[in-house]
Amino acid sequence: MTMPDNIDIPPKTRGLTAIAGAMSLIAVLLIVQIWLLSAALESFLAGRHQVALPAAIFSGLMFLVCFGLYLFVDSVDSDVRHSAGDR
Amino acid sequence: MNWLRQSSSEPLWKEEFSVRTADERYVTRRQLTKFLVLTSFGMFVGNLWILVRSMFSKTPSYPQQTVARLGEIPVGGVKLFTYPTREDHCILVRTSENEHVGYSQKCTHLSCAVYYSRENNRLECPCHKGFFSVTDGSVLQGPPARPLLKIVLESHGEELVAVDIKAS
Repeated sequence: MTMPDNIDIPPKTRGLTAIAGAMSLIAVLLIVQIWLLSAALESFLAGRHQVALPAAIFSGLMFLVCFGLYLFVDSVDSDVRHSAGDR
Repeated sequence: MNWLRQSSSEPLWKEEFSVRTADERYVTRRQLTKFLVLTSFGMFVGNLWILVRSMFSKTPSYPQQTVARLGEIPVGGVKLFTYPTREDHCILVRTSENEHVGYSQKCTHLSCAVYYSRENNRLECPCHKGFFSVTDGSVLQGPPARPLLKIVLESHGEELVAVDIKAS
């Protein structure tokens, strides 16, 4: 069984697959961030303040990854549009 | 695909608000990504807010307050009192001849009032069957995730005085 050559896949399909993958990853990261926020709030209200710093750092890192994925989605999107427009 | 053959020189509003269904779906996907990233930023800001509040929160100090007289409560008996304010209900239990323990009456699950079960020798929350150890306030069973707040007691002569609140 051979894998299809990427060159045969139309740019639109490749672009949409990449965008769908990136969006799924963003959604997973967002769920983790929501959990992290609720856990940090729970700890804060319980008087355990030492959790706040690592939670903020990890949340910031996840936001940066999400932002990077957004830039990736944006660039893939414009690439697909431009390549299709050039044809 | 007609929508892919648009010229990139078209104005942005035509790309973003196209009348073609396929275009609209494609744009919606990008907008959803933008929305997810903005939500992610909101979560980050929320965590930062908690961090700032943690850094600037002061350790509270509690007043000294007489809650009972020694010998006032029989062994296995309880007395309800409020500490540090009138809204903070607490429970005092005499567990042995020379030992008293005090806890916040607020269950750490959903804030129902806990009571002392003498036959089981534990503090019980009637709402969701959360049980706490009378020795240290730790959770024995049920949905509460944290132990009860412990009232630090000192005996001053013939009086039992509440001096502090600790997360046990």
